[in-house]
Amino acid sequence: MTGPLKLSLTRRYRFAASHRLYSTAFSEEENKRLYGKCGNPYGHGHNYVVEVTLTGPVDPRTGMVANLNELDPFVAREVLEPFDQKYLNEEVGDFRDNVPTTENVCREIYRRLRNFPSARLEKVRIEETANNSFEFAGESSAAQERAE
Amino acid sequence: MIRVTRKLEFSAAHFYHNPNLSAEENRRLFGKCNNPHGHGHNYVLEVTVAGEPDPATGMVLDLKELKEILQREIAERMDHRHLNYEVPELAGKIPTCENIAAVIWALLEPKITKGRLDCVRVYESPDLFADCTAGSNGVHPGEGRL
Repeated sequence: MTGPLKLSLTRRYRFAASHRLYSTAFSEEENKRLYGKCGNPYGHGHNYVVEVTLTGPVDPRTGMVANLNELDPFVAREVLEPFDQKYLNEEVGDFRDNVPTTENVCREIYRRLRNFPSARLEKVRIEETANNSFEFAGESSAAQERAE
Repeated sequence: MIRVTRKLEFSAAHFYHNPNLSAEENRRLFGKCNNPHGHGHNYVLEVTVAGEPDPATGMVLDLKELKEILQREIAERMDHRHLNYEVPELAGKIPTCENIAAVIWALLEPKITKGRLDCVRVYESPDLFADCTAGSNGVHPGEGRL
């Protein structure tokens, strides 16, 4: 007898953007040491892949955890339009003050997507290149309690 | 614990339609996936089995056996079929990758006798997949029929 099951749906999206890793909290020397060629003042770019994972009950009317007719426009509005073909350091969110590492980009995209109305955001995973990927599934409840 | 994953590709046709809703509502919910002539995908199934390796063989389970189970239970049922009409386990269900994953879970779970079924992942395309695992907030097999 099969017990209850958990279903999740994952959709992959792409955007291309440039960034530069540089923090005003550190000296020029320290920035060079920390960020190496990623700190090139002219910036550089990536073809980012964003994997969005949602969970929740399967809607009996549609057989779906999330309807792509709702999810795709939501992700386009919240993430792809603001991020695609942009210089993250100057043109997106609070990256003027936060270094746009893919760790920080991952958290920012999670923040923008977590209020998707019809399913629960489980995690955001970003491939910065084919060799580097980053995942964020929200702060743990213990960390949230500390923050409150 | 070790997780072992085996892949299977199958090609099938489907479309999305809920007979309890109006034509208008079906078009609104499902868009071009509602085309009654159907359309198809190259599905990729990834089946993950978890367990401790048998000390004698060094294996969680014999992948050759898993390959044969996937061939018999899934490929023979679903490969080059129309999922709306030809797979009894999907009858009365909208053949989304969520529902396909849940049906595949129910078909495979009793057949896995070494290790335990950990995850069924169904890719409808490289950019869309569903994961089915044991847990809550999903569907119970048999539920969700229209």
